[in-house]
Amino acid sequence: MTTALLEASGLDVAIGGRMLCRGLDWRVMPGESWAILGKNGAGKSTLLATVAGLLPPTAGSVAVGGRAVAATKARELALVRGYLPQQSHDPFASTVLETVLVGRHPHLGRWDWESAADRRIAENALADVGLAGFATRDVQTLSGGERQRLGIAALLAQEPRLYLLDEPLAHLDLNHQVAQMELLARRAAAGAGVVAVLHDPGFAARYCRQALLLYGDGDWCAGPVAQIVTAPNLSRLYGHPLRRLDGAPYPVFIPE
Amino acid sequence: MPNRRRALAVIAALALLAAASMLLSLAVGSLSLSLADVLAALAGGDGGQGAMGAEVVRHLRLPRTLGAFACGGLLALAGALMQVLLRNPLADPYILGISGGAAVGALTAMLAGLALAFVNLGAFAGSFLATLLVFGLAHGDSSWTRTRLLLTGVIVAAGCGAVVALILSVAPERQLHGMLYWLMGDAGQIVDARPALAVLALGLIATLPVARELNLLARGEALAASLGVVVPRLKRIAYVLASLFTAVAVTTAGSIGFIGLVVPHLVRLAVGNDQRLLLPAAALAGGSLLVLADTLARTVVAPTQLPVGVLTALLGVPVFLFLLGRQPGARS
Repeated sequence: MTTALLEASGLDVAIGGRMLCRGLDWRVMPGESWAILGKNGAGKSTLLATVAGLLPPTAGSVAVGGRAVAATKARELALVRGYLPQQSHDPFASTVLETVLVGRHPHLGRWDWESAADRRIAENALADVGLAGFATRDVQTLSGGERQRLGIAALLAQEPRLYLLDEPLAHLDLNHQVAQMELLARRAAAGAGVVAVLHDPGFAARYCRQALLLYGDGDWCAGPVAQIVTAPNLSRLYGHPLRRLDGAPYPVFIPE
Repeated sequence: MPNRRRALAVIAALALLAAASMLLSLAVGSLSLSLADVLAALAGGDGGQGAMGAEVVRHLRLPRTLGAFACGGLLALAGALMQVLLRNPLADPYILGISGGAAVGALTAMLAGLALAFVNLGAFAGSFLATLLVFGLAHGDSSWTRTRLLLTGVIVAAGCGAVVALILSVAPERQLHGMLYWLMGDAGQIVDARPALAVLALGLIATLPVARELNLLARGEALAASLGVVVPRLKRIAYVLASLFTAVAVTTAGSIGFIGLVVPHLVRLAVGNDQRLLLPAAALAGGSLLVLADTLARTVVAPTQLPVGVLTALLGVPVFLFLLGRQPGARS
């Protein structure tokens, strides 16, 4: 049996005394692509940071690649799972290439400098997100959408087996949203595990095979997209009635 | 593209600059010496100017030059670390109130009429206490946030400033001159450069192994943590080192301004923000700059010797304003 890339058992996630997610039992297997949906403040980012090993769980445990996160060194964890933070700030000037190469950090020894092979990986990652030719640009001159794709490129350069992305589509135009979701779907098809916090249930239904809904009161539900991303569930999730429109090649949900 | 060969070339060039600046500082002054005289004196001989020239070089100018180099290097290194830690390119080593604490300690010792050794001890104790106070007060529920640290540092510095003003207003007139020179930063008070040089060497040995991790920290704590950096430990190490460097520099030569702010910034503009290169380059450039500034301070209105802090501030303020004007991040 294959090992789960991510396994949460009896996981409680709370912030400021508010229970966001209670008793979560959740597995991400190789090849799966998950969308995390929920309204603002429902705890999507907190849950993602917790399963990434960046925040301690309130209760329960998380294992990545079959190893308990709490007992795994940060660097070893970084060789298995990559994490895209919701925001990137660039207080210092830096080239686009240097910024992508950041993803190679866990692969390098303490005294190593980036090699030609690392550079090739970084350049391929830039090409994957449509930023080929940007290598020498200063990050501080990029637009919001370009900066977001650069963050994704750094994550690709990290070459993790588990991708955890907090709002990967933020700031992106529609064409780039589609391109990034297709890119992530390809990574999943190649055997990676992908978990992305999304805001558009249509995108979740179209590009992800599984979904995890966080209702914000501690309740959650998880499973295949077809069973989970439904009009009644989404209406409860967002606190607003939604209707599913069929007929298009993929489902569309519109607010009533 | 980060490149080890380029880094070594830059560091070699800066090392040459450092050596040249120190030789210049040893040769220039009320007694002007040739390069051959200086080298002969350093080698232990007398040189063309006789025993007096050799004495001046070995016992007066050498400690002062080496001390100025060490202090400049320490301040630049501390500034570079603070800029990464606070993720603010305009942070400086004194931003958390260290120089204020040192000033209170040193001036108290001076007011009590204690010997220079106790003034230095007072400065070091003062900076240590100010650091403890800032980190103790700013420690919120679980960790230090940058805003809390900055605000606490500003307030502690303001409190120290009030105490300094109090000491100055009650101090007898004959002590005021020494106190003012201390406050402005003066390489003339350096008697032994060895402690500062040792701390500078230790500082580079301690920071270079974590330089690439500091690069990640400069890009954000969540990103650094996700890429395998143990962020709380790295931050603790870097804060302790930056505070130590600052305290040693201030203890050695008083609170010399602007080196710790301007040098890392200028070096970053020139060579980029890779700490593997930036940290040693800033140390060498900071040391060289302070040696040159002190040489100027000793000679520009000779026989009066200006405190070097006056010169670094006079040079630093326009440079800082220029940098601020072209700093894109500073507008938002």
